[in-house]
Amino acid sequence: MAVFTLPRPSLSRALVITRREIRDGLRDWRIIAPILVLTLFFPALMNFTAARLMAFVTDYGAPVIGDRLIPFLLMIVGFFPTSVSLVIALESFVGEKERHSLEPLLSSPLTDLQLYIGKTIAASLPPLVAAYLGIVVYLTGLYIALRWVPTFQLLLQIVLLTTVQATVMVSGAVVISTQTTSVRAANLLASFIIVPMALLVQGESVVMFWARYDVLWVIIIGLVFVNVVLVRMGARLFNREELLGHELDEINLRAAWRVVRREFVGDAAGSPVRWYRREIPRALGRLRWPVAMMVLAVAAGFGLGVRYAAVFQLPPSLIDFRISAAGLREQLEQFGLFSVSGAGRVFFQNVRAVLIAAALGTFTIGVLGIVVLMLPMALVGYFMGQMSLAGLDPLLFFTAFILPHGLLEVPAVILVGAATIRLGASLLAPPPGKTVGDGWLTALADWLKVFLGLVLPLLVGAAFLEVYVTPNVLIALLGR
Amino acid sequence: MTVSAGQVLALLGPNGAGKTTTIRMLTAVLKPTRGTALVAGYDVVRQPDQVRGSVGVLTENHGLYLRSSGAEYLDFFGDLYGIPAPRRRRRIGELLERFGMAEAAPRRIGEYSKGMRQKLAIIRAMLHDPPVLLLDEPTSAMDPQSAKLVRDAIVDLRTDRRAVIICTHNLAEAEMLADTIAIIRKGRIIASGPPESLKDQLLGPALMELRLAGPSNGLAESIADLVTVLESGDGWLRYSARRPQETNPRLLNRLGRSDVPVLTLTEVPRSLESVYLRAVEEDER
Repeated sequence: MAVFTLPRPSLSRALVITRREIRDGLRDWRIIAPILVLTLFFPALMNFTAARLMAFVTDYGAPVIGDRLIPFLLMIVGFFPTSVSLVIALESFVGEKERHSLEPLLSSPLTDLQLYIGKTIAASLPPLVAAYLGIVVYLTGLYIALRWVPTFQLLLQIVLLTTVQATVMVSGAVVISTQTTSVRAANLLASFIIVPMALLVQGESVVMFWARYDVLWVIIIGLVFVNVVLVRMGARLFNREELLGHELDEINLRAAWRVVRREFVGDAAGSPVRWYRREIPRALGRLRWPVAMMVLAVAAGFGLGVRYAAVFQLPPSLIDFRISAAGLREQLEQFGLFSVSGAGRVFFQNVRAVLIAAALGTFTIGVLGIVVLMLPMALVGYFMGQMSLAGLDPLLFFTAFILPHGLLEVPAVILVGAATIRLGASLLAPPPGKTVGDGWLTALADWLKVFLGLVLPLLVGAAFLEVYVTPNVLIALLGR
Repeated sequence: MTVSAGQVLALLGPNGAGKTTTIRMLTAVLKPTRGTALVAGYDVVRQPDQVRGSVGVLTENHGLYLRSSGAEYLDFFGDLYGIPAPRRRRRIGELLERFGMAEAAPRRIGEYSKGMRQKLAIIRAMLHDPPVLLLDEPTSAMDPQSAKLVRDAIVDLRTDRRAVIICTHNLAEAEMLADTIAIIRKGRIIASGPPESLKDQLLGPALMELRLAGPSNGLAESIADLVTVLESGDGWLRYSARRPQETNPRLLNRLGRSDVPVLTLTEVPRSLESVYLRAVEEDER
């Protein structure tokens, strides 16, 4: 009688992988040794450090340092063991690929999601348990030595923070592990996780010494969001074919250039008019949702600026428009306005800002790109808020300072921001049937189309309006 | 190309011909760029999970978990394939016994020899009793005794009404096991069919050798109306026979009547290697 049964998709199937991986990991001294050290020895060392420092700072009349140090060390005791999860997760897929044990697994009836979840849980669980144990050891030692007990809220925050930090590192490392062809390459790419995490821990340290524990909630929520993004990215990018198909990590600039060129030119080879009529609308069609997001982001930036106008109010003496038209013109001329060179400077400044936003957006799934492009509108909102607080007409300020060149500059910002969002998001979710690399190159081609075909001409126009038209409007409206 | 239940297909071809890629497509790990393939009635593109559940695959690199014991390894895969625990234990025991691995089962795989690892990988492929077996180099790295064990197992599998596809460079093994041979080159099947038919197709009609107890003077001319003599020497000659079952009795009858002292009449062996080399050679042209 045939034994064969077709397994039903379920989490329990993923946990079969998890169980095996954990059992295998627990037999590896390279994993067990650091976990034991970080779970037992390190918290005990931190206990000793805390007790000595408490005595020292109390002797010198600075007990506040000790009060802040103990929660800080609690955070560190939780964080250190989770760093092991990075090593396990980086190995999860690419390590098996190198050892040739991946193919039998990929040939099993597990779904992609089950494989992905099974591996992710396996990488997270042992270091997390070690971290919780480390916290228990540290707190037990503290209670015995100093009778110190954390508040429930602080304990909850540290446990949650430890958990989301570990899962963020694991989610990111699993993404790297599925996209590389050797453990060596995965380790090199791990700096994309290590560097931000190191910065985050430094920030958290400041928060802990500052004793602004409420900020920890913001960090936790932010990390949960990053985690969701990374898990979605990992599940979307996980592809059996890619895992087995790629043998070498190599930079093939020629092939990349061919993809960008093909996507950029589209059906309009040799005809700029046809390119404008066909390819630009197609690219804009693909940017519908990013444009909507950008409009919302710009509006939000404006709103934030208005809100913070009251928080950081300028002294009324600074808001003084009682100046003659001639004097105003003279001042504006000193800024380089009313000249072609001034237009050039404005243009290059705007292009530089756009390029910086695009570069930052690429590495942050579009987020920092949006932030950079939101800033000008936040400033506009802030100054309009100041006008209102000073009893002046904010619309007058907007019309005099922003409107003429803003008519071109704001659409340019929205368009380039939308293309940048798509560029960053292409790493998160490549179009169906495309690899991450090809998806990114296609998004880059769209970014170039929008940048060269629309944004640059708009910025040229905006620069001339800003230098020749806006100042005249300003003088006409505000000069006496 | 169809491989029915109870049939064994051997895929032959030079390195890089596409044998492993074919196996990977049939396990729904790689998607075909074009064309369709059904495995146990499931489409490899549309029903990949069902396909993977229906095949047992021995991969080119069997990649075992060296820190696990053989028994743990098999239990893990049995669990992945959804075999209930009591049935899994029974099945694992049976297969370990059949392949002479029962004693080694509690030991770490890292301590196994190459042949033992290969046997363990084959057991893994057979564990869920799949209707389709895909075996990439099933006897490579095995000593002759173990290789025979595996070959016997494959013969048994055929009688169990399974479809079996083997990739191998061992032509003798392919000839021994396969009902159908497919020669692949650069991703295309350049020749396929039962071994004997392939030989006829690529090497021409059967070649017979007649040996006499005396000289063969003038014999070639006297039998030219019956067979085409290709070469001859002192006391022997070779001829091709498209239908030897009809030609040979008639020839022997005539020689007997003419008192020609026939010593032996045998078919000149034609190896699968010659077939393979001829197919590749013709495709290159």
